[in-house]
This record gives sequence, structure tokens and C-alpha cells, in this order.
Amino acid sequence: MKSKIALAFNNCKKEKRPALITYTVAGDNTKNNSLKILNKISKHADILELGFPHNTPIADGGQIQGSSHRALKNGIKLKDVFQIVKKFKKNNPHKPIILMGYFNLIYQNGENNFLESCKSSGVDGLIIVDLPYPENKNFANKCKKKSINFIQLLSPTTSKDRIKKIIKNSHDMIYYISMLSTTGGRLKVSPKKILQNYNTIKRINPKKNLVIGFGITEKTISSLKSANGLVVGSMLCKIITNSLKMGQNPVTKLDKVVYNLKKKII
Amino acid sequence: MKLKIRKNLPLIDQHDKNFMYGGKFGGNFIPETLKKPIDDLTKLFGKLRKNKNFLKERDHYFETYVGAPTPFIKLENLTDHLGGAQIYAKVVSEANGGAHKIYNATVHCLIAKKAGKKYVVGDTGAGYAGKMLSMAAKKFGLKCKIFMGAKDIKRQRPNVEAMRKNGAEIIPVTTGSQTLVDAVSECMRYWVSNCDTTHMCVGSTVGPNIFIKICAWSTAQISRELMKQVKEEFGIIPEKLKLINCVGGGSSAAGFWNEFMNTHAQFIGVEAGGPKNSKLHAAPLTNGSKIGILHGAAQYVIQDKEGQIGSTDSISAGLDYPGISPLHCFLKDAKRARYTSASDEEALYAYQLVSKLENISPSLEPSHAFAEAIKLAPKLKSSEVIIVNSCGDSLKDKDIIKQKLGSYIR
Ligand SMILES: Cc1ncc(COP(=O)(O)O)c(C=O)c1O
Repeated sequence: MKSKIALAFNNCKKEKRPALITYTVAGDNTKNNSLKILNKISKHADILELGFPHNTPIADGGQIQGSSHRALKNGIKLKDVFQIVKKFKKNNPHKPIILMGYFNLIYQNGENNFLESCKSSGVDGLIIVDLPYPENKNFANKCKKKSINFIQLLSPTTSKDRIKKIIKNSHDMIYYISMLSTTGGRLKVSPKKILQNYNTIKRINPKKNLVIGFGITEKTISSLKSANGLVVGSMLCKIITNSLKMGQNPVTKLDKVVYNLKKKII
Repeated sequence: MKLKIRKNLPLIDQHDKNFMYGGKFGGNFIPETLKKPIDDLTKLFGKLRKNKNFLKERDHYFETYVGAPTPFIKLENLTDHLGGAQIYAKVVSEANGGAHKIYNATVHCLIAKKAGKKYVVGDTGAGYAGKMLSMAAKKFGLKCKIFMGAKDIKRQRPNVEAMRKNGAEIIPVTTGSQTLVDAVSECMRYWVSNCDTTHMCVGSTVGPNIFIKICAWSTAQISRELMKQVKEEFGIIPEKLKLINCVGGGSSAAGFWNEFMNTHAQFIGVEAGGPKNSKLHAAPLTNGSKIGILHGAAQYVIQDKEGQIGSTDSISAGLDYPGISPLHCFLKDAKRARYTSASDEEALYAYQLVSKLENISPSLEPSHAFAEAIKLAPKLKSSEVIIVNSCGDSLKDKDIIKQKLGSYIR
């Protein structure tokens, strides 16, 4: 049986457009609001990434740190994250949801325990920022056995040899990091260059769904639309920050922004 | 299962193929982007440490720039005052810059030059790691950026001024607790974005494996010197010998013990116990913290049930860190070293007593080690020997000491 993630990509390919993938942090700015946000933006986005926040992230830029900080201050726990997923899935059973975070939370929760909760709440995939290949082999296999996608990352520093191995070990989706940066850095490489790298990787196995993330905003998204999927994260976190600052409702604000992002890639 | 230290292999090399010590400490829990730079650095360092010319170069700078060997002295007055074991100090604070952080900083700059990098970045808590990196960077013609928690910038003013004088750019870190843990995170994040042009120096034996290795390999100079000095002083390694060292990240202790690994010398590591009546501390080994992942490595770390890294408190900025080197986790579980803690108050008292009685004046970090020596010595026979690594000078702590004790002596 095809995974919901694979089906989402198939769908987009039929419509000759990239998948729009959003990233927001669970519990930002409240548990309720982050669920409302997911419900709203899932009308426009194809795949939803949901961050489970960690207080010592070594690869997140300021925007996502800010979101994580808000969520943690609100007391968000792993069990709340799963609850949000579960509630979301009740109304949107087919929309794929990917949890993203750092390994220590899984380590403390217990790998099996964590995957059990993923399964019962309806999580479709996992991105673990600090569990690279080959150290992730064991855990990635466990995921596979549970039909949960383990999403491998590639970066501009990844050697060709390594890329091949990682692709071989990948499931339905691979994430290409556009540039040397933490999340949310300004796009410091031209879209043309990013697509060049992207296409080199793509040629190794054209069947794999390869998405681009890091630094993508409403300004750059359309220039990258030949990719299989595009992830927008920090920009969304920033909009939550700004709307809170200005006393606006982050839910309606985000709904509008994601709608506009979608318009730019169809 | 009891872990075992192997005899004929340096401690830093006693890891498995995943770079784990004892199968559970260390490793490389890093973002994909850092895989290649860390791989490159691992290969380069692997080559350099076998290269005779590089070793010569290192020894040359250790001698002429760092000032090796640092003194080994008997603390006659303290010994008399306490009336028990003979107490000695390895006065590492006599090294250029005033602390052991100079060894790691010098080696990192030499490596950065070999790697063709023009920029170095580093983290700092007490400000020594940053001060030394800024010094060495200046000496070797590298541009230097230092990440330091805003709280530490305030409490370690003299070292901040030194860094500025050396031309380093100091980046205040205002996230989280605004101390060392946040400085290391921010420095790593910076490196993720700039690893193509910039060399990163981690200020202690923490972080991804290669940084643990380079650091412990560098500070090992302390015990190479000490081994000779001990043999000169006693003819043999004294039958009952205790080597006491404070541990923050653990670089000073790792270097102080390394050459004695296969001897009968006892190792005692002293963590920061924090304020006497506070729940907060920076002593994960003493207080039985669980294994978790911090800054790219598995280690005993102060954290909550969920895996969020916990808050710490210590009067000593250099020890105020929730984690501890995987090397020390390994030594603890192999029962090769014993770990305990000293409170803020005990460290202050030790600073005061040693500064009053002796010609040295330890900073608040090694004062934690002296606190343990002061506790132990009276219970021991005069044939027993305690050596404390006095790895920092109190001058940097003048403000804190004045505020806490009313006056500062040195
Ligand atoms: C003088 C001094 N001693 C000890 C430490 C603790 O670090 P480590 O445990 O790596 O030696 C520091 C750290 O800044 C320091 O400055």
C-alpha cells in the first residue's frame, strides 16, 4: 500500500506542480491555535510538518527558536504534540503529517514508545535533525517496519558517494537543504544554483520525491517550482511572531499566507 | 555491565565505529550539513597527530608560546594547616593567558592553518576558552569570533576585555539561560552556516567526537609534564596519590589524568554543586543525571523527563554547564574516576584559604577542586599525596569574589 506521503506527491505530479509543505511548531502559540492553524492551512498545503520543540536546538535559526520557545513556555509536552496530530487527523485523515525535531526527545521517550505514539496518533513521517546517516539506520528501519516514513536529509556539503548511499536508504521522501544555513537564513544561494544541485541529485534516482527547504519565502518560492516539493517554515514562524506582536490572529493570518504561497506554485 | 578502559590505547581512541565510548557515550548527533566538515576535520587531525613535523610544531609552540612546563609546587602552608596528606598543585594557571584553555586553542589554530581556513569561531563560559582562542588566533593570523552568554559577559569582565584587546568579535548570546550551554549552541549554529570558510573550536571535551579528541589530545600536555615532575619530586609515583580536578566540560581533568591512566593514581573529579540550599547545580555525574544528547554527543546531562535540557546554577561560569564530556561518563562507569561536587560556598572558602596561605590564587573553577582537597586531606596520612590542578587564576573572578566575600585577595 502506498503511503499518504507518496500519494500526496503523486497527486501533485498529476497537477504538474510541486507539493507545498509547511512547517509550524506544535503548541505555537498555544495548543489550540496550532491545531487551528493545521486545520486551516491543510486546505492549501499538501504535506504538513509539525515541529516538536526542543530547548537546545543546534540547527535552528532565530524564527523557529522563537516559535519553540513560545510553545515550551506554554508547557507543550510530547503527549500534547501527539494529541494535536490525533485531533487533526480526525478531520483530515488523508493529509500527511510529518513530525520534525531532535533525537533527545525520542531517546528519553524510548524509540519504540515514541513510534507507538506516532502510529496511534496518525503520524506519517519523521525528520530527525540530529540523527544523520548511517547512525540513523537502526531507527529508520524501525520506522519502516511501522510504515512510518523516515525522511533523510541531504545538504550542499553531502558528497556524491554519500548522497547515493542515503538515497538508497531513503523511503518516500528526501529533503534537500538548499544552502549552508540553519533554518530561516536568508536565501544566500541563487535559485538557479539550488536547482542545479537539486537536478544532480535527482538524476541519481528520478523516482524519489526530493523536496527543497531552508530559506524559502513568498519571494523565492515560484523560482523553485520545478522541484517535487517545497518546504516553507521559518517564514510561517515569523508571521506568527509578527501577528502576535501586532495583536492579530495568527490563525487567519497564516491561512492567508499559505493560500498565497500555493497560488505562486500552481 | 561494567565498562573497561583498555590499556594500550589512548582514552580518546577507545570508541566504536559510531564514535561511542563504552557503547553509549559520545557519537556524532549532528545535522547533515556538518557531516562533511566533521569528516574532513577527523581525517586531517588523524593525519596530523601522526605527523612528526606537526608534533614538533606543537611542542615548539607549547614551549615558547604557552610556556611549558608549568610549575609543580608543594603547598607547604596548606598542608601544615590541614595536617594530613601532602598537598601539591600543578600551577597550570601559569600558562600563557592564565588557564589550560590555551592548549586546545593553540592546537585548533594550528589545525585551522593546515586546513586553509582564515576564520575561527569558538564558545566560552568563563571567558578563558574565548580569551585563549582570540590570543592564538591573533598569533597565527586568523580572524576570530567568540560566542558568549550575556550573563557570562557580565560576570567575567576581565576576560571579555582581553578578548576585545586581541581583536576578537564577541557575540553576546541572549537565548535561554544566557550561559555556556547557549553559547555552544549558538556557535554550532553559526558553524552550520559558515563551515565552508570557518574553523570551529569547541572550548572543552564536549561536542561531536572530533572536538572531544582534539581537546583532550591538547590538554594531555598537562599530565605529560606532571608525570616527569612527579617522578623528579618523589622518584616514583607515590603509592597513595590522588589527582583532583574540577570538571565543567572536562578538558582540564582529561588532560591532567591522561598520562596516569594506566597507573594506580586515583582520579577525583569535582563538579559544581551550585548554591548550598538550591536545587540547581551543574553536577550531572554526582547527582545521577540520565544519559541524553547535548551538543551532538550522548552523555549524562541535566534534563527533565521529556528530554529538555535543564537549568543549572554555579558561581563558576566555567563549570556552569548541564552536560559533561563523554570521556568522563566513560571513566565514571568504568569506575576509573570518582566524581563528587563542591558547593558555591565551599569553593569560595577554598579560594580564600588557598589565596591566604599560598602564593597561588585559584579561580572559582579550580577552587572547587581545592574544596575537595581541603575536605579530604585531614583524613589522610602524611605519606599520602594530593595534587590539585590549579587551572585558572582568580583575577577574572575579582568582581564576584568581592561581592560575595566583601574583599578580594590574591
Ligand atoms: C579555569 C577553568 N577551569 C575549568 C574550566 C572548566 O572546563 P573544563 O572542565 O573543560 O576544564 C574552565 C572553563 O571555562 C576554566 O576556565
